[in-house]
Amino acid sequence: MKSFSYVIKDEIGIHARPAGLLVKEAKNFESTITLECKGKKAAAGRLMAIMGMGVKTGDEVTVSAEGADEDAAIAAFQKFFEENL
Amino acid sequence: MERYTGKSIFKKVAIGRIFFYEKVEYTVKREKVEDVEAEIKRFDAAKVVAISQLDRIYQKAVKEVGEDNAEVFEVHKMMMDDEDYLDSIYNIIREEKVCAEYAVATTGDNFAAMFASMDDAYMQARAADIKDISERLVAVLMGRDTDMGALDEPVILVADDLAPSETVQMDKSKLLAFVTEHGSSNSHTAILARTMNIPALIGIPIQKEWKGRMAVVDGYSGTITIDPDEAYVAEMRKTMEEDEKKRLMLEQLKGKETVTADGKKSIHLYANIGGVEDTAAALANDAEGIGLFRSEFLYLQSEDFPTEEVQFQAYKQVAQNMGGKKVIIRTLDLGADKQAAYFNLGQEDNPALGYRAIRICLTQQEIFRTQLRALLRASAFGNISIMFPMIISLEEVKEIKSILESVKDELREEGISFKEDIEIGVMIETPAAVFISEELGKEVDFFSVGTNDLTQYTLAIDRQNPKLDKFYNPHHPAVLRALQMIIDNGHKGGAWVGICGELGADLELTETFLKMGIDELSVSPTFVLPVRDKVRKTVISE
Repeated sequence: MKSFSYVIKDEIGIHARPAGLLVKEAKNFESTITLECKGKKAAAGRLMAIMGMGVKTGDEVTVSAEGADEDAAIAAFQKFFEENL
Repeated sequence: MERYTGKSIFKKVAIGRIFFYEKVEYTVKREKVEDVEAEIKRFDAAKVVAISQLDRIYQKAVKEVGEDNAEVFEVHKMMMDDEDYLDSIYNIIREEKVCAEYAVATTGDNFAAMFASMDDAYMQARAADIKDISERLVAVLMGRDTDMGALDEPVILVADDLAPSETVQMDKSKLLAFVTEHGSSNSHTAILARTMNIPALIGIPIQKEWKGRMAVVDGYSGTITIDPDEAYVAEMRKTMEEDEKKRLMLEQLKGKETVTADGKKSIHLYANIGGVEDTAAALANDAEGIGLFRSEFLYLQSEDFPTEEVQFQAYKQVAQNMGGKKVIIRTLDLGADKQAAYFNLGQEDNPALGYRAIRICLTQQEIFRTQLRALLRASAFGNISIMFPMIISLEEVKEIKSILESVKDELREEGISFKEDIEIGVMIETPAAVFISEELGKEVDFFSVGTNDLTQYTLAIDRQNPKLDKFYNPHHPAVLRALQMIIDNGHKGGAWVGICGELGADLELTETFLKMGIDELSVSPTFVLPVRDKVRKTVISE
């Protein structure tokens, strides 16, 4: 399993638009990708669950991936968070 | 041929088919089903239809408002395909052996409640998205027509009444006219009709049987004619052609100065708008700026206080859409006839004289400070001015200015940029403000006269009461003398003076205003060119 942590810089937090893009991104990988923040967990492929975490600006999110392409998934998500959140 | 008469909001003619708009009632029945798997198939088929509707709306929105603004429909699509959302629907159908409508409605309510209970205003507002997608699915399952995005041709929209949240979401390019049974001439629908330059009638006894039938809406006579005969349609087409000729003539005035025929007096001619999307109409009609941006739409549209960020985005967008042109934004003017439930303003014996507008802002200052922060931040992106409504005293203006200064200090400390010398002005709409206008003029950069309220308060006439129509005279000498006094006193103190009330578009008074020395008129976008035409034909030198 691979993981990284990221502090959200976007002013509205993980809002609908990046959450939607994030779900799309997760579909590109076979690995199980999970987001964790403030004690709540959600699968990266589940839009409402991610939005339901209520991640705000300044919150730290831990993204982990487990599966055949976990290295590639983590690299892609790290890039995604830096560019979008 | 059947004909009904109501009250006309905008004098134009429309010919087309009727689209009968019905709200999807959430009184979905909990009906038992025998064949659960068949019900699931029925749901899946409905989902395909709903998603293809969203696809179409998305494609169209990308073309019209750009990819960023269209993104909401992509998100709706993804929400509809969300595994948790779908699992919940399938589970309810399977476990409870009930119809898909009930399963969707229950799931929608549960998810909406989850979002509504979050402690973040942005996420709370997403409850509306969940309701929206659930309503769309239920509508498809029930075989109801609510989706205007799926229409091929523009229609005459017939409805019992329309809420601002409904008109806001409508595809404006598909609307030929509005016809409603309820609503007032000051309603959001009425303002929208004026902004869009389409006829609108209220007080028409609407009938469901009209669905899909041909009709003529005549805004000149205030009538709707169902199944019109050929002779009548031909006659009305002629009227439309004449309107079109007039419009083309006015088009020639685009880019021209708003100056009198003798060149003695030129004025600024701005537009009144009620939302971000209205800037398109303002620009299309060649307004020289925005003279009144009613910020209350942000409060009326949402289910809780709009956040600083939401407000900032709206103000910034308007400022950017208008380029470097002036954009005067009025701070929230709620109370009296404009109510938002979450403000809990309560019942008042005399709402027009009650807890409203600046009185709310100076009492619940947190609401005011949030709006001022958003306005100042947006001022870095265009030419924004701030205007305060319902002023009655010099002390109020001084308090407002000190609050504004403290908000500016806060932003400076945080290193957030804004327009340091942002222009501020007050609405003159109470007799008190008229009498102290000399003092007020020294405190602010401009006055904007709200003639609707000024007339109501000067004449002590409730405009909402139809029994008083014969006593109501907007050309009353008392109102016109007050206006002269406001202009003279404003100029003495170094403030420019404009009118943003309905009287500003009254072509019978244009010459009077010019002679009085008015500096600016702000009118509905569709009145910009007619007023310019009038000014350019007026001679004010003796």
